[in-house]
Amino acid sequence: MRLLIKNGRVVDPSSGTDETLDILIDQGKIADIRPKIEEAEGFKVLDVSRLVVAPGFIDMHAHLREPGQEYKEDIQTASRAAARGGFTSICAMPNTDPVNDNRGVTEFILAEAEKRAAVNIFPIAAITSGLRGEQITDMADLLDAGAVAFSDDGRCVQNSLVMRRALEYSDFLQTLIIDHCEDFDLSQDGLMHEGSHSYFLGLKGIPASAEEVIIARDIILAEAARARIHIAHLSTRGGARLVEEAKKRKVKVTAEVTPHHLVLSDDALANYDTNLKVNPPLRSQKDVQALLAALKKGVVDVLATDHAPHTAEEKEVEFDRAPFGINGLETAVSLLLDRLVNKNVLDLSRFIEMISTNPARILGLTNKGRLTVGADADLTILNLHKETVIDITTFASKSRNNPFDGWKLKGAPVMTIVAGRVVYPFS
Amino acid sequence: MEFKQRHLLGIQHLDVSDILTVLDTAESLSEISTREVKKVPTLRGKTIVNLFFEPSTRTRSSFELAAKRLSADIINFSQQTSSVVKGESLKDTVLNFEAMNPDALVIRHSCSGAPHFVSTFCRSHVINAGDGSHEHPTQALLDAFTIRQAKKSFRDLRVVIVGDILHSRVARSNVFLLSKLGAQITLVGPPSLLPEEFKNFGATISHSLDESLAGADVIMMLRIQTERQKANFFPSIREYRNLYCLTEKRFQLANKDAIIMHPGPINRGVEISSEMADSVKSVILKQVENGIAIRMAILYLLLGGRERETAD
Repeated sequence: MRLLIKNGRVVDPSSGTDETLDILIDQGKIADIRPKIEEAEGFKVLDVSRLVVAPGFIDMHAHLREPGQEYKEDIQTASRAAARGGFTSICAMPNTDPVNDNRGVTEFILAEAEKRAAVNIFPIAAITSGLRGEQITDMADLLDAGAVAFSDDGRCVQNSLVMRRALEYSDFLQTLIIDHCEDFDLSQDGLMHEGSHSYFLGLKGIPASAEEVIIARDIILAEAARARIHIAHLSTRGGARLVEEAKKRKVKVTAEVTPHHLVLSDDALANYDTNLKVNPPLRSQKDVQALLAALKKGVVDVLATDHAPHTAEEKEVEFDRAPFGINGLETAVSLLLDRLVNKNVLDLSRFIEMISTNPARILGLTNKGRLTVGADADLTILNLHKETVIDITTFASKSRNNPFDGWKLKGAPVMTIVAGRVVYPFS
Repeated sequence: MEFKQRHLLGIQHLDVSDILTVLDTAESLSEISTREVKKVPTLRGKTIVNLFFEPSTRTRSSFELAAKRLSADIINFSQQTSSVVKGESLKDTVLNFEAMNPDALVIRHSCSGAPHFVSTFCRSHVINAGDGSHEHPTQALLDAFTIRQAKKSFRDLRVVIVGDILHSRVARSNVFLLSKLGAQITLVGPPSLLPEEFKNFGATISHSLDESLAGADVIMMLRIQTERQKANFFPSIREYRNLYCLTEKRFQLANKDAIIMHPGPINRGVEISSEMADSVKSVILKQVENGIAIRMAILYLLLGGRERETAD
């Protein structure tokens, strides 16, 4: 069956498009895109007047928890959360149990995704075996099995020689290393951003330097190896400065920022709310301002969720004992539309570029992140004017650890289409 | 005169009138501890649970005696001999005690914010007996009570607090309390244990004890833990002692009627010399004595005299 999407405001940064167009989808691909495509026998027609049609959103950074921690989330529930949140593709970080450091786990994730997932799942494999930071994984084999990038997310490779070798090796395979930048000696036992608020609350701080030292190291190593490096969840002013400076020198560095680091700062922790405990931590107001400036200047390439589901019982504990992480797939797009697009921090096209076009380009997903004939028919449809109130009890995710419950936001994803099939609203 | 709090979570939440109410109440209750029969029936029938998740000698005994002198029933919980070692969560531990209908929970915990967390789901009054590196409100109140006995007024009083400010809940609560009452506070310690940001809390920052002691009315020494040396916050006990130990010679720099305080337990010869700890200028044991009156006052103000408020 062919699907005709009529009268939408089609915004595709890859081709500089922003106009009212119809899109014809056939066999999971975009078959035609132009003004006024005529309906024909057997077309299913969707009228999306007054809505924005964008290339499907791609989340480069999510924790699906399967295999091993299905009590928090699984591939199916994460994919439904993604669909509900406007994402057509999500990348699965490797810190599962067992770790995704071998072909078997990558194949398992892809096979389960094929059977149960509502959206595309792209596994990110580990840089080092067991995330131990010692021996690099069989990257060629993992790529062949379907991995799209490599990261020891959350367990940043501390040994600079190991990181050097990983960068050199990944470059030869033309793949990507993604680093969660954290010097564990500097961040040791830290619970929140180090600054006035951590001192006031008596919570051990994670200094900005813990992130910046490793960003600087990674940039130096990537430059020497002429390899690409992607900085995960950039959170500090100094880190943004390092990335900006490296980009000026044409180092192949890209960076992502999460919605929570753009809309919350460390002063929000005054009541020890464990739903605000996240790593990297919510930083100072100054850091938030610097990240917003970096976003506008193009220093930041990607918006990613770092979706990190945890159960209520894991979070209903002393602040020290709660796990780090925010459940973000179902609130990210609304937050960003409200805070960035509707408040004119970013124009709509730049926003879509950072959440679809750029992730597709950085990950080498050549048929995604664009709305052109022959591309995969992954579409995210937005209503920029729809007002919603975040209600965590309506989440498709298994977990509820999200600090935005009750927030009133303007702008929301209203329909998600993957390979020509409407996956949200749920049928 | 009214104490407007449902819980005592920290000094941060109290205003000046709350603080003075506690001090005045403690003053009227302090006489009970000097009687032949050290007991009044004020809190008869009230039940208090001492929930100590961290070792404590002074604070725990002090709360226990305060409760007993007001005729409340008090039971003691300590982590080492409890279901916590079987993996019971803080929430479940508290809910189980709550099921036994206590009136107040006195909580000491190594995690900052633990009493705040408990207050979000329990019916009883929560009293913070020290949470992590955050606050120790009854200590600050007993310190203020002790200062008032010696100094009469807090306005422009020059208070010097010396040592591991970064990790000290006593320092935080004292800074919050004494600044509310108009004292001038100087915090002293090496930069590794005293970040610049502490100046945002209403105190002056100094790294030199000698310079800070000039004109001091109150000198509060904090315990220095040897683990801090292992984590490189300072190079050695020897060097720390050379720079920050309160000695007879250094004490000469302060006002001649200055008093010496310490929340205990003290490390003789490390942050304070033995002769200073035992000198007539030292009110260290007076602080311990006053602790009982302050804790009686807190229990009385939260539990006594009026009907329990409905939980909000």
